[in-house]
Amino acid sequence: MVSLATEKKQDLNLLSRIASGDGHGENSSYFEGWKAYEENPFHPIDRPDGVIQMGLAENQLCGDLMRKWVIEHPEASICTEQGVNQFSDIAIFQDYHGLPEFRQAVAKFMEKTRNNRVKFDPDRIVMSGGATGAHETVAFCLANPGDGFLVPTPYYPGFDRDLRWRTGVNLVPVTCHSSDGFKITVEALEDAYEKALLSNIPVKGLLMTNPSNPLGTTLDRECLKSLVNFTNEKRIHLIADEIYAATTFGQSEFISVAEVIEEIEDCNRDLIHIVYSLSKDMGLPGFRVGIIYSYNDRVVQIARKMSSFGLVSSQTQRLIAKMLSDEDFVDEFIRESKLRLAARHKELTTGLDGLGIGWLKAEAGLFLWMDLRNLLKTATFDSETELWRVIVHQVKLNVSPGGSFHCHEPGWFRVCFANMDHKTMETALERIRVFTSQLEEETKPVAAAPMMAKKKKKCWQSNLRLSFSDKRRFDDGFFSPHSPVPPSPLVRAQT
Amino acid sequence: MKQLSTKVTSNAHGQDSSYFLGWEEYEKNPYDEIKNPNGIIQMGLAENQLCFDLIETWLARNPDAAGLKKDGQSIFKELALFQDYHGLPEFKKALAEFMEEIRGNRVRFDPSKIVLAAGSTSANETLMFCLAEPGDAFLLPTPYYPGFDRDLKWRTGAEIVPIHCSSSNGFQIKESALQQAYQQAQKLDLKVKGVLVTNPSNPLGTMLTRREINLLVDFISSKNIHLISDEIYSGTVFGFEQFVSVMDVLKDKNLENSEVAKRVHVVYSLSKDLGLPGFRVGAIYSNDEMVVSAATKMSSFGLVSSQTQYLLSALLSDKKFTSKYLDENKKRLKIRQKQLVSGLEAAGVTCLKSNAGLFCWVDMRHLLDTNTFEAELELWKKIVYEVKLNISPGSSCHCTEPGWFRVCFANMSEDTLDLAMKRLKEYVESTDSRRMISKSSHERIKSLRKRTVSNWVFRVSWTDRVPDER
Repeated sequence: MVSLATEKKQDLNLLSRIASGDGHGENSSYFEGWKAYEENPFHPIDRPDGVIQMGLAENQLCGDLMRKWVIEHPEASICTEQGVNQFSDIAIFQDYHGLPEFRQAVAKFMEKTRNNRVKFDPDRIVMSGGATGAHETVAFCLANPGDGFLVPTPYYPGFDRDLRWRTGVNLVPVTCHSSDGFKITVEALEDAYEKALLSNIPVKGLLMTNPSNPLGTTLDRECLKSLVNFTNEKRIHLIADEIYAATTFGQSEFISVAEVIEEIEDCNRDLIHIVYSLSKDMGLPGFRVGIIYSYNDRVVQIARKMSSFGLVSSQTQRLIAKMLSDEDFVDEFIRESKLRLAARHKELTTGLDGLGIGWLKAEAGLFLWMDLRNLLKTATFDSETELWRVIVHQVKLNVSPGGSFHCHEPGWFRVCFANMDHKTMETALERIRVFTSQLEEETKPVAAAPMMAKKKKKCWQSNLRLSFSDKRRFDDGFFSPHSPVPPSPLVRAQT
Repeated sequence: MKQLSTKVTSNAHGQDSSYFLGWEEYEKNPYDEIKNPNGIIQMGLAENQLCFDLIETWLARNPDAAGLKKDGQSIFKELALFQDYHGLPEFKKALAEFMEEIRGNRVRFDPSKIVLAAGSTSANETLMFCLAEPGDAFLLPTPYYPGFDRDLKWRTGAEIVPIHCSSSNGFQIKESALQQAYQQAQKLDLKVKGVLVTNPSNPLGTMLTRREINLLVDFISSKNIHLISDEIYSGTVFGFEQFVSVMDVLKDKNLENSEVAKRVHVVYSLSKDLGLPGFRVGAIYSNDEMVVSAATKMSSFGLVSSQTQYLLSALLSDKKFTSKYLDENKKRLKIRQKQLVSGLEAAGVTCLKSNAGLFCWVDMRHLLDTNTFEAELELWKKIVYEVKLNISPGSSCHCTEPGWFRVCFANMSEDTLDLAMKRLKEYVESTDSRRMISKSSHERIKSLRKRTVSNWVFRVSWTDRVPDER
């Protein structure tokens, strides 16, 4: 009789290494929080003590505008009385070039979200299964197994799966530091490039996300130029993930790589590629609209053939084509989306400011990069994980720990704000307020320079407001014996 | 340093094959009844365009589903945000039940074992990523769907080793051919990870017999490898015989909960049965939870649009609709196939007896100049450029015998099909006369040579020649 262990081993041999390994990345902490949320999701009435999802970068603030448009435009659907005469033509349409009106509408939308400062050619637009599919396809096109892409840290954890899992490509981190606002410096790029070569990893390209996930910052013109120049000089590809292009608000301005290459003489455009999607800017992740836009003709050709593995449903192409062709609607949507993002962002940051919690100054994206370094027992990732677990399981907020984004320094957390309503945001802030108050109550002040200590005391006293319910929670042993060291005065990180 | 991957620089996507070149020619000069009556008629596209009216009627009667509403309320927002790779539960349930209905409710499909994919193109590739390492091989009976060269091999690095089937027994899979293919793989130093069959077959239009499926199940059992059964045409069976799925055979052999069953995977899609290729709805069904788990994660690269899932879950949950649709679909396919077969017969062309699929496997061996693939390609070019019919040459399907062509019938109107058959008949008749003339002159030259060689002095008039019997 074959033992269970042997049977399991045999089972594993029946599947590929890709299938039986961990390359999908879902065993990382990033997903543990999701699981906690799924087991006990917050609902204001049904589950007021549930976990609030602050780990999902979704744009839910303008769903009402979208819904209204869809109701007012039944002809955009191929299923309604007004649109059904198109049903059969659309239902059989599987041409991987995509519906021409879809490509034109997407190109126009990409221009609008870059303030019409640059033109996009609809014939360079290639569909993919979301940005997820786009990234994998780009990796298949530009790199062979064993090759590497440089990626500035911190970066979206999904890249570990999207760019590496089935492609066999490596990711080489380009370390960025909080001391200069996580800027991507040429020194850091050179350093990473050298390290890759020393490890026998041929570098094929640089992948950057602009606006950044998880930072929420946008790259300025100088930095973008330096990235284009760096990659051009090394003759490697530059992949610009611009899926948050329309999520800039406030004073922040989004500059696309498409704009910058116009300003660089002798720029080798065969090395420039953009990944785009409607999941964030329009809040339509369910519709799986991913786009690869490459300036390299051969890449466009081959990526298009590969798009057979992840075409956009023709039903969706048709709806999006109609919607994005309505320029008045699009203009209103973009404008309103920015206003609402700004408002929700302000709500969160005002709340955090009031609690003395720092955050990276940024005005884009659907999230905040929160600084909890001084809540760590020790400046280690173990400490960060411990703090994170407290936040998820006891404070009941699913935030994402910086370690899962390959951040170089422990203590940073990504907090999403665009996927909840005002009341939920209030509840989340209240929970954070209670948490920080508890910490202050529970722990002794850290020995610090007299000046700092004085300052701190003042800061915490002003914030101390324990309600009856909070006290009860404290009595119930809300915090484990291993609660983290209390905060020293938190100064908001300046960029 | 090379700037693009080898996947880009090689031609492994397979799209330089004649299968795709015919499409390109069609696109340059497509037939239109009014605008371009002399254009190329597309008979190389296996699409089911016969039953859209049934779906459109259903849409008119179901405004909620059509309008992305539930109980009169728009659920657009909820759908727009739904990106869970497990899929809409109601959609997977409806899909599982639809698959059961197609198999006469003889076997059960568990919705939790279904993994959604962006079409069967993506489903097949995903299964390869799960079951094979680069350099591993899958055995496939020939002829097979040309797209497999791309779907199974291109980005996965897997190999295909053919199981040669021949017209001598209607292209059925013989045990000796199966063993031979396995040994061939070993000779090439390729580790065989499984067998992939399409049932009903593309391009043959026939169903695998119970004997063949039994053979395959026994084979994979003994070799400890996988069996992928691509059953995307299962709802197009229009003959009297019942469709036998690999799931039927597992049940009949009492293997449903066995280790072997864990190595049997079914691929499905709504592109052929429902005629909705644009919606990109594919599925993998597997009894192996590790495969389901890995494939589910991989489906992130090609999820089905939530608005499409919602629409189809409503459509497929309507049992009155599905039962009527499947019935009517069969009837219309049968009539159209018969029309093609009769048309071919009138042109003196036969095809493999078939009872499923959206195409016929047509025997044009007698129209070849020589029994070679070069001659097949020559004939194919004439048919595309002169007869103006885009059909698919057997060589693009890796058939081992030249002269076979796949001809589709479900993607055009009756009138267009009539016209196509007329064109073919005219071509064959003109070819016959040309052959008669050329054969006679050939004979004349032969006999002249004979005369000169043998010193015989008698004249033979070519009008005395008896034409060849067909």
